[in-house]
Amino acid sequence: MEDSYGKVFTIGIGGAAGDGVREAGTTIGALLAALGYEIFSSFTYPSLIRGGHNFARVTFSKEKLASDHEKLDVLIALNAETVEIHRGELHDNVVVIDEPLVLMLEATKSLNAPAIARSSVALGATCYLLDLPIEKMLEILKRVFQGKNLEANIQLAGVGYDRLKTLNFRHTKKIEPGEGRKELVDGNTAFARGLLAAGLDFYIAYPMTPATSILHFLAMQQKTGKVKVIQPESELSVINLALGMSYAGQRVAIGSASGGFALMQEAFSFAGGAELPLVVAVSQRQAPATGVPTYSSQADLRFVIHAGHGEFPRIVIAPGDAEEAFQVGARALNLAWQYQLPVIVLLDKIVSEHSQTAVLDVSQIKVERGERIIPGTPEKIIKVTSYEHDENGISTEDPAAIKAMINKRFAKAETIRESLTGQETIKVYGDLTSENIIIFWGSTKGPVFEAVKYLDKPVKLVQVLWLEPFDSRKLAALLKNAKKIINIEANHNGQMAALVREKTGITVTDSILRYDSRPFSGAVLTEKLKTLLN
Amino acid sequence: MALKLSTNARITWCPGCPNGAILVAFRQAVEELVEQGKVRLENIVALSGIGCHGKITDYLNLNSFTSLHGRVIPTMTGVKCANPDLLVIGFSGDGDSFSEGLDHLLHAARRNSDIKLFLHNNQIFALTTGQVTALSPKGMKGKSTPLGSIEEPFDACSLVKQAGATFVARAYAGDIVKTKEVMLAAMTHKGFALVEIIQPCITFFDTRDYWQEQIKAGKVPLGIIHQETKPTFEEFL
Repeated sequence: MEDSYGKVFTIGIGGAAGDGVREAGTTIGALLAALGYEIFSSFTYPSLIRGGHNFARVTFSKEKLASDHEKLDVLIALNAETVEIHRGELHDNVVVIDEPLVLMLEATKSLNAPAIARSSVALGATCYLLDLPIEKMLEILKRVFQGKNLEANIQLAGVGYDRLKTLNFRHTKKIEPGEGRKELVDGNTAFARGLLAAGLDFYIAYPMTPATSILHFLAMQQKTGKVKVIQPESELSVINLALGMSYAGQRVAIGSASGGFALMQEAFSFAGGAELPLVVAVSQRQAPATGVPTYSSQADLRFVIHAGHGEFPRIVIAPGDAEEAFQVGARALNLAWQYQLPVIVLLDKIVSEHSQTAVLDVSQIKVERGERIIPGTPEKIIKVTSYEHDENGISTEDPAAIKAMINKRFAKAETIRESLTGQETIKVYGDLTSENIIIFWGSTKGPVFEAVKYLDKPVKLVQVLWLEPFDSRKLAALLKNAKKIINIEANHNGQMAALVREKTGITVTDSILRYDSRPFSGAVLTEKLKTLLN
Repeated sequence: MALKLSTNARITWCPGCPNGAILVAFRQAVEELVEQGKVRLENIVALSGIGCHGKITDYLNLNSFTSLHGRVIPTMTGVKCANPDLLVIGFSGDGDSFSEGLDHLLHAARRNSDIKLFLHNNQIFALTTGQVTALSPKGMKGKSTPLGSIEEPFDACSLVKQAGATFVARAYAGDIVKTKEVMLAAMTHKGFALVEIIQPCITFFDTRDYWQEQIKAGKVPLGIIHQETKPTFEEFL
């Protein structure tokens, strides 16, 4: 077992909230990305600001990584508790960089630096341990700290490096770098950059984990003058503001967690009925209700494809990683304005907040604006209403007019359905001739990709990107002659399995479900798949 | 040149409803503004919420947006942010702004969003056939309060002024000329404007005699109550 993971290296960094765990993970990730490694980096944290246990995990390799690995080759323990919590995840040859080894606190005290700076000692030590260039690490520290305690952090990194050098302590496992040219980016940032590339004018949001970093990133982008960001009083205000902007001719997106989107239902239905273009990012976290705020889930598939009261067409797309989040962000904006309807991009905590090396190619993005007449056009009167209405936008209770409007909206849905052949609705990977199929959607893509690397049997992988409209024809053709169809998703009810049956009449043979709010582990999935495929 | 500000929609307010007077006052105000060259017709957007007042957008041959119940105010701010050249006017009711969605009203006043809100205050939910709102007088007997309301109402003008509105005025729907004049003052004010229009509901809560006596006795201040100059939210954006 140990050998099959010889080409992948994982560093864990643990400490309390406020210990700079995230920053340390970001620094190591940035260093490894600069050296050309492929990286997957995750950050888990409880919903509190000080104390608790925060953990950053940076997995790197020469080959592309779709998910992080659980077993640790290096554990940086900023407190003693970290070693206890992660004892079960250690490889046999793990190196633990902790207080007794590198005397972090002693070094910080001697420089009169704040205790939070002690992680720099560990970062320097890691450089020596893995034979990484310390100068490059110092450059990155300069970027991360930008003046704040910078001198102390640089000196402390040197102390850590020298400490291991004195001990002549190098890790036995060596990993070659990849080709480079990639950046380390999280899904929310990638999604937001997709929106920007497709000509976003306004982003409106009320903060809610795990969607908040879209708001933070785009708020900073206001400096470029290309986008404006508003944080109003509530989610209800968010979506109603957006409807006014869409009506008046701006390309607008909004975002929240599933709970925030739950608050927006009436106005979401209005967007559908009034045919107002709008992009809504919904990042799932463990529900019901407030649920488990900083952990993940895929339990809102059914919620978003049926969101809003009444019947109206919408598009729902669920990207599975940062590159897809970028492409889907741009596509969602174009589709919303092309077809004049609401488009949901369904994310989750893992896609949103975890980072991986990716290429976000802006040159591939086109801006498609569609045709809308907007208020302010001479000789034109533009009327929009939440009531059912005639073609002039005057409210109506006439049964023939009501039926005609519903038919008009669903004729548009039919046009979209017919265009699905030109869209990347479902992706297929692996051995296309295999009778063993694994079906998944959203962030589950990552652990599935990692898991199948270590299978000895060929499998066909089917990723459903478009959840609505559902590409039944394509999926049915893909699943037709399968011997085994194994569905993997992070919810209790097997929502995708039920949807597949509803839309294609095909029943999956097995489901692997996880609903404890934690991500699937590739290694655990490998074992489960081996059992099911035998 | 007379503008055609009416539509083919059949007016479905109760015969004699003061909403008709508000509609006439508003059409006259728009005509004056456009004829004086102060605003281009295509740059006017009229919004409304849901309630009896909300039907007004169907009767106006103008750009319009009939929003959801309680949500007209954020929609108005959205329109103004999207295109600051537009004159954004919203009609709302006491149920539509003070019962549902009061937060939006106070926040819009606080941030001095450059929008004009005309409040049809009939002190009752009329379209749902007569229940108390947050502006109904204590003791009022409605279908949901047959024993009399036990709640104190808000004072619309003082609450919104307190929240930071830069223009607050009151009018009586029974006086079309004065209502039009107050509407014009609000529409030419830069910043958040509230005009409370007393609009007795002749079917479910007929207060015509009461208000006329109160006005005659000088107990109800009409006209501009408060006006100040401040930068607007949209200017900062």
